[in-house]
Amino acid sequence: MSNLEFGPIMRALLRNKVGAILIALQIAVTMTIIVNAVFIIVERKAMMERESGLDEANTFYLTTTGFGKDFESKRVTIEDLALIRNTPGVIDAIQVNAIPMSGSGWSMGLATQPGEEIESVGTANYMVDDHALNTYDAELLAGENFSPEDIRFRERNQSDWPDLAIITQALAKSLFPELGIDEVVGKTIYIGDNEAMIIKGIIDKLQAPWVGWNNLDHVTLTPEMMAFPSMRYLIRTEPGMRDKLMTSLEETLANQYPNRIIRNVETITATRDKSYRQHSAMINILTATMILLTLITALGIIGLASFNVNRRRKQIGTRRALGASKQAIIRYFMVENLIISSFGLILGVGLTIGLNFMLIEWFAVKALDWYYIPTGVVLLFVVGQLAAFGPAFRAAQISPALATRTI
Amino acid sequence: MFTYYLNLAVKSIRRNMGLSSLMVLAIALGIGACMTTVTVNYMMSSNPIPHKSDQLFYVQLDNWGPHFPFNDENEPPNQVTWRDANNLMQHRQFKQVAMGTSGAVIESDNRELKPFMAGIRLTYTNFFSMFEPPFLYGGPWPSDADDNMEQVVVLSKKTNQQVFEGENSVGRSLTIGGNRFRVVGVLDDYEPIPRFYDVSTGAFQSPEDVFMPLTLKRPLELSSGGNNNCWKDPDGEGFEGYLMSECINYQFWVELNDIAEQKQYLSFLNAYVEEQKTLGRFPRPLNNRISAIMEWMEIQEVVADDAQIMMWLASLFLLVCLLNTVGLLLSKYATRTSDIALRRAIGATKQAIFSQYITESALIGILGGILGLALALAGIEAVKSMYGDFISEHVGMDLTIVGIAIVLSIVSSVLAGCYPAWKACSVPPATQLRNQ
Repeated sequence: MSNLEFGPIMRALLRNKVGAILIALQIAVTMTIIVNAVFIIVERKAMMERESGLDEANTFYLTTTGFGKDFESKRVTIEDLALIRNTPGVIDAIQVNAIPMSGSGWSMGLATQPGEEIESVGTANYMVDDHALNTYDAELLAGENFSPEDIRFRERNQSDWPDLAIITQALAKSLFPELGIDEVVGKTIYIGDNEAMIIKGIIDKLQAPWVGWNNLDHVTLTPEMMAFPSMRYLIRTEPGMRDKLMTSLEETLANQYPNRIIRNVETITATRDKSYRQHSAMINILTATMILLTLITALGIIGLASFNVNRRRKQIGTRRALGASKQAIIRYFMVENLIISSFGLILGVGLTIGLNFMLIEWFAVKALDWYYIPTGVVLLFVVGQLAAFGPAFRAAQISPALATRTI
Repeated sequence: MFTYYLNLAVKSIRRNMGLSSLMVLAIALGIGACMTTVTVNYMMSSNPIPHKSDQLFYVQLDNWGPHFPFNDENEPPNQVTWRDANNLMQHRQFKQVAMGTSGAVIESDNRELKPFMAGIRLTYTNFFSMFEPPFLYGGPWPSDADDNMEQVVVLSKKTNQQVFEGENSVGRSLTIGGNRFRVVGVLDDYEPIPRFYDVSTGAFQSPEDVFMPLTLKRPLELSSGGNNNCWKDPDGEGFEGYLMSECINYQFWVELNDIAEQKQYLSFLNAYVEEQKTLGRFPRPLNNRISAIMEWMEIQEVVADDAQIMMWLASLFLLVCLLNTVGLLLSKYATRTSDIALRRAIGATKQAIFSQYITESALIGILGGILGLALALAGIEAVKSMYGDFISEHVGMDLTIVGIAIVLSIVSSVLAGCYPAWKACSVPPATQLRNQ
């Protein structure tokens, strides 16, 4: 320990307290920002990586809006679907009320018993036909798909529900935590307080329209098509065919009937980007902040160390003249930096936890995982040492002969 | 004297170009980050209608179910039902407005124009007198148009451009959702930020393309847009059953001029709910509320959490940059102790030395501030491109923001320069000379 020269270094630091304190504070605040920012970034990244369940790269959707008094929505829907499904390059397509991740849709409460005093589980509702599983690229884990006979038409202001439903695995778990998925098939659930539905099948994965919703994986499919003037078609294509079909189908459908407009033709990829744009922006901004901040702090350390070296040129020369090796000089400045960093990082750990508490208190940020803190500490020690090395190395180059000169 | 110090400062900054530019850059980055995030927050929390923001109140009634509150905090629902909106509008002694949204296809009489989908705001004529959107042509519909369910519309400037090529279209007709409407007015540019009158589907959107009487919803069976929320299924069937349900889909505002009027209105609301309770509605305890605009924006958390988090982190960033500058200035001035000592010995006062060094600090601060402002402009562009058309188009710097930026940069750099300058001027003359 004695050859690390803690004593002399500490005494020298105490002579220039303010400079050292400033660097220590800078390191402390830098750690506070970096650790909290990294934590937020990692959390957002994980959020963005959640799978929708769709064949995202090869799926798109569009809205068709009929107008005029004699628009026959049922006939148009049936003919449209037949046309789309028979188009080469289309794997499958459905008419649907809402699109995963798109931000707008329909949700209901489900319960395992009837009655309005029963607490219900929230679910997104997609109204689909028997082509849904294929279009969604969903795997049936238990039970059966809808059959064509199950499908009914829902009229514009109709509010009752079909008697059958297919639900996601996550929703099955939330409704029946104790049961295996095979046992859930055939169970009765109640939608909107007291309307019974029987679970016909369970699929692996499908997301609700709202990416910020905590029930994102809760989806209920009901076997029905909608006789609404404004409807969406979700279309899954063979790999590489999506963009071509987007243009050609938009045109074909638009030309099919004069009394309708085709709008919002959009890929799932674009929808995902839009819905997570806020989060990817946050990630980019925080990353840029972290890089700049680390740079500024490193430059600050270099500045202070250089200043200390310049101020002590004579003393360094004298030490060298008295027999100190170059390594000893380098070590001196590196240890000095280590001491300053240590004080800074002790404070930094406190501030980091403090800021995290404030973010938890005021915003929807979670508690920091413990390992972020030691990682941050080690990282900033490394940054400090790297920054200090340059000036320390230059100090070591000071000639012993300097000691003999006056000014 | 000041110009002399300024000269000295410029000389000194030039002498240590590397160190000086590092300081300027540090301040610029700190200011740039801070001002970018401050601008975003400032824009998000701006007052959309300053001269009336104390008089316009958002109305909430708790019509929710007996077993569960509307949300965990037991706030009243954020919208009202069709029934309540209509019942309350009957009370003409108050200046109130109910509204909702819909959408329909607009067909122009000009066959060459392709039909297009338009967003519709269904409301009452009071909308125009309460929120004061500017008119380009014509004006609001008369109040009996509300009562008589007349098919009249006010168009946005953009819609008027699309359908009538920007001409004065007052008195002309167009087809919306298969029904004929007569134009009574055309709005001028109107972009309240946030779009305070309805934030139920997001606060940063453009106003609708078309405004028409809400009373038309029932006879024309207009579709329901926006946010629809029900605690129980409609009792009745069809469109009428849905209208008469406990589903909330409408926003409600009232204009009240003083506290007495607020009290009077709140007791009116309570009396209304008590009356509805006798009809078997409103099973929850009385929980009615009126909130002034800015209060309502806060309850609705119009300023995104992320924007606030970024602002806090950016402030810390500025703090680091300032600590950095203080450290660097200290080092810089310390190399000049002999210089200072000499000047002190030949008669310069402490004050003179202090002024000289604080001038240098301020100059660095101003340079940093100017560069920071430029960085903030770039930062805002970056934010815009990252957020797409979200908040975007409207974020920009106004005089207030530029003022804040300049003040912030000068204050922070002078603060940063104070201690080093004080250190510099307290160099004792004698000791330093002796060392020479």
